[in-house]
Amino acid sequence: MAERVLLLVGTKKGAFILEGDTTRRSWALRGPFCETWPMNHVVGDAATGTIYAGGGNEWFGPAVWKTSDFGKSWSHSSAGLAYDAGAEPIKSVWSLASGHDRLYAGVEPAGLFSSDDGGETWRHISGLSDHPSRADWHAGGGGLILHSLVPHPVDKDQIWVGISAAGVFHTADGGRTWQPRNRGTRADFLPDDQRYPEYGQCVHCLVIAPQMPERLYQQNHCGMYRSHDGGRSWESIEAGLPSSFGFPAATHPRDPSTLYLVPLNGDMHGRYMPDGKAAVWRTRDAGQSWADLREGLPQQDVYYGVYRQALATDDLDPAGVYFGSSTGALYASADEGESWQQIAEHLPAILSVETMVIRT
Amino acid sequence: MVLHPAPEPARPVVAILHGALVDLFPGIERRVALDAATVDELIDALDARWPGMRDRICDSRPAIRRHMNVFVDGRRATLDTPLKPGDEVFILTAISGG
Repeated sequence: MAERVLLLVGTKKGAFILEGDTTRRSWALRGPFCETWPMNHVVGDAATGTIYAGGGNEWFGPAVWKTSDFGKSWSHSSAGLAYDAGAEPIKSVWSLASGHDRLYAGVEPAGLFSSDDGGETWRHISGLSDHPSRADWHAGGGGLILHSLVPHPVDKDQIWVGISAAGVFHTADGGRTWQPRNRGTRADFLPDDQRYPEYGQCVHCLVIAPQMPERLYQQNHCGMYRSHDGGRSWESIEAGLPSSFGFPAATHPRDPSTLYLVPLNGDMHGRYMPDGKAAVWRTRDAGQSWADLREGLPQQDVYYGVYRQALATDDLDPAGVYFGSSTGALYASADEGESWQQIAEHLPAILSVETMVIRT
Repeated sequence: MVLHPAPEPARPVVAILHGALVDLFPGIERRVALDAATVDELIDALDARWPGMRDRICDSRPAIRRHMNVFVDGRRATLDTPLKPGDEVFILTAISGG
């Protein structure tokens, strides 16, 4: 079986595709695509080979771009990707996810849309915007954005979303009604007696464990957390990390207890690699202990950050792990994070990294 | 008997599209003659010819996007700006980016 490994990279100035083989040692870079629009998230559907890129442009507004020939030609659409007349218009698409033959898009200002025709037309899932807490949602530093989109792998009616700064919300009825799922996560930016609200937390990244759909992990502005009950309750797993602050999280493709993070040095201290030394942190026991992975990563004067969607794994064995920096450097590990190689150096600021393995 | 006013006759105008907008719709023309009585109608006519173009020029308020400029007779126009026969309507990108 031939396997092509594609890295799908969203940057501040367009989408890029890197292609390698299963050794994951050499890569060919193509791009920039999407007319150099800022692309917040680029995802692939391995079953069809279709690649979708979500973003927004200061001039032309939000759109989801699409290619069915690995980047040779692209189309774009935002048909239906709009709030009602009079409402604040959508600025950009922030996250994309597919599940149960449906494509979802999270946008800024925070809201959720779906497409049943491969991104050609979109429908507003208004139940989330109609949630009684909506008036209390406040923009984080990156805007009021729906950045994490987690469809349940089996139940098509269940979806989790992460919104900065409204927190985690869950639907069990296909999006008609939503419930906050933030119990146990802190909001250090609120007064002492309000630090565990029902909603309003600044979730940075929400991911679901493979094989265990009730296990979720979230990197929060204020801590790192695990849930065993689909987000109904959360417990801190930040002990052993160099910082409780970071943006991305990525699960292992098969092991629900393995998770990757990139802790940064703190929200008020520059948000770069702790001590100026690059490291990815990994747990093999669902957050009870952590190990830093540094071999091949720069260990001096590293003052970049890693954004919330810029860390990913592939589904090969051993799993590949990848991250992109705010300064346009891209790193790859072909051995589950044990060793690293820089595979691009001078890209625009990297906003997202995803993988797609094509088997033919 | 209710008398209805006669509909406004369509007016032949010319839309002139900026290069960056043209790049988003491969194969289209930079100058295109259309019938429209307002800028809003002109953009509808562009969208009918090249689906999706309205979303690139206008937001959902609805209004011309903040960083897009539509000029009629040398002045910035809104969606409600009337057009007269022979008008040239320039659709440009404003200064933005980073």
